[in-house]
Amino acid sequence: MSAPLLRLEGVHTHIGAYHILHGVDLDVAQGELTVLLGRNGAGKTTTLRTIMGLWQASQGSIRFDGEDIGACRTPEIAQHGIAYVPENMGIFADLTVCENMLLAARGARRAQDIDERRLTWIFGLFPALQKFWQHPAGLLSGGQKQMLAVARAIVEPRKLLLVDEPSKGLAPAIIQNMIAAFRELKQTDTTILLVEQNFHFARQLGDRVAVMDDGRIVHSGAMAELAEDEDLQQRLLGLSLAAHQ
Amino acid sequence: MNSATAGSPVMDALPSVNADRLPLLLVPVLALVALPLMGSLSTWVTLTVAGLAMGMIIFIIASGLTLVFGLMDVLNFGHGVFIALGAYLAMSVLGTMTGWTASEHLLLNLLAALPAMLVAMIVAGGVGLAFERVIIRPVYGQHLKQIMITMGGMIVGEELIKVIWGAQTIPLPLPAAFRGALLLGDAAVEKYRLIAVVIGLAVFAAMFWVLSRTKVGLLIRAGVQDREMVESLGYRIRRLFVGVFVAGSALAGLGGVMWGLYQQNLTPQMGSQVNVLIFIVIIIGGLGSVGGCFIGALLVGLLANYTGFLVPKVALFSNILLMVIVLLWRPQGIYPVAKR
Repeated sequence: MSAPLLRLEGVHTHIGAYHILHGVDLDVAQGELTVLLGRNGAGKTTTLRTIMGLWQASQGSIRFDGEDIGACRTPEIAQHGIAYVPENMGIFADLTVCENMLLAARGARRAQDIDERRLTWIFGLFPALQKFWQHPAGLLSGGQKQMLAVARAIVEPRKLLLVDEPSKGLAPAIIQNMIAAFRELKQTDTTILLVEQNFHFARQLGDRVAVMDDGRIVHSGAMAELAEDEDLQQRLLGLSLAAHQ
Repeated sequence: MNSATAGSPVMDALPSVNADRLPLLLVPVLALVALPLMGSLSTWVTLTVAGLAMGMIIFIIASGLTLVFGLMDVLNFGHGVFIALGAYLAMSVLGTMTGWTASEHLLLNLLAALPAMLVAMIVAGGVGLAFERVIIRPVYGQHLKQIMITMGGMIVGEELIKVIWGAQTIPLPLPAAFRGALLLGDAAVEKYRLIAVVIGLAVFAAMFWVLSRTKVGLLIRAGVQDREMVESLGYRIRRLFVGVFVAGSALAGLGGVMWGLYQQNLTPQMGSQVNVLIFIVIIIGGLGSVGGCFIGALLVGLLANYTGFLVPKVALFSNILLMVIVLLWRPQGIYPVAKR
């Protein structure tokens, strides 16, 4: 495993009276795709939101690229080079696809200022976005919205992508499209932390895996090891890979 | 980049987007429905221009408030104090230029009115900045406290106005060239109402341009829909909010000048009297929607003038009735903002 770009040590998060994360320790290696697995309510989304500063960690440290970002506000964390694709995709439904992308391209004042080569590459990954460029994002299908959410996260080079359940609610054909897109994204050495419940999806993409339960990391290692070990899958996830497929 | 934008074969092949244009018909439909009830075309023209002028002034006042609510869920019941402040400041500025305001020369009148409006906007904006920092900021996310403290802020503001300018009603005469009416056929249209319509349209056009053509406008529109995501993209929404709050306060100051000239007298409570009307307008329009606010303001202005002429007793509650009808049709207002 290469040096961690992101390191969480003993992170606790409280939301109101609820203690959600109970000392999360997690390393995300530079240039790799790490998958965070776990059942509903295990704390995966809370982990991503805590990294993004949307919920403040009550204890522990979050270091990104050598800097402590635990006390930073969300905009500062984003400016450090972290992009976030939330579970609900966070699409601005009343804005066009173009306007959604323009917002994510912080350096661009007009659509014409967006890096043309990068946009061409994104249109190669998600052709639907080119087709519906001037349409309100709210009119897109669920799969197209997910494509826009991911495209928005990569419209400018980012050091780390945090992606929350990109396969959720998508048709199998669209999931294959997303898998292909993430594979191509991996070729660019982008570091990705992906939250998933769909092990079949996660297995095809992950270099490393961390499994959460009850607000803690209960397993971490190479994805290949977990994919090959049905007993471990049964123990950690409750189901074997065969059952997921 | 350019390959993806309009003009490409792919874009040309796209079906057109069905924009929601139905609410745009409400204002002309209301005006046309009123036409046969008026008895004469000249009365209808006079009342329609008066209604549009009133609507434009209400829009200028309410547009900032709807964005303030849309961006940060802040219920500012103290907005009225900026209206009164603007009107009193304009009265003071105009009072120093009575030579110019008494002149029949339009240019001299404008040279007096413009600084009055500018001073009202600048001071109201500055007071808005302090109001946000001292009164609003400690109660983010707490609606009940927001209502209480902003109403308290307005009461304090009104008392300060009484301390500075006195509690009595003060006349604010129109500059001489703004007085009187133009005759369009048999219809008499007051000059000041036409000026109010022109200024209202100019403010709407400027807001429309900023919101639709600039990155700041894009951020405001996005922030109204999902401020958390805007922050996740790296933008400081609180700074944006402060900017919108200050701009909204300045617009309320401008609206106060125009409302004061419309009423031609000032009382310290004039802001709180208009407050109810403003909230009706932003609820009708859809909280956070500037376009909805514009249509709502015009509807309120027209209906108030039509019912005031036709059925004066109904005029007392016509705006509430309008709000009920609109909300029965669209429970989140004319143009509900997505995700709210």
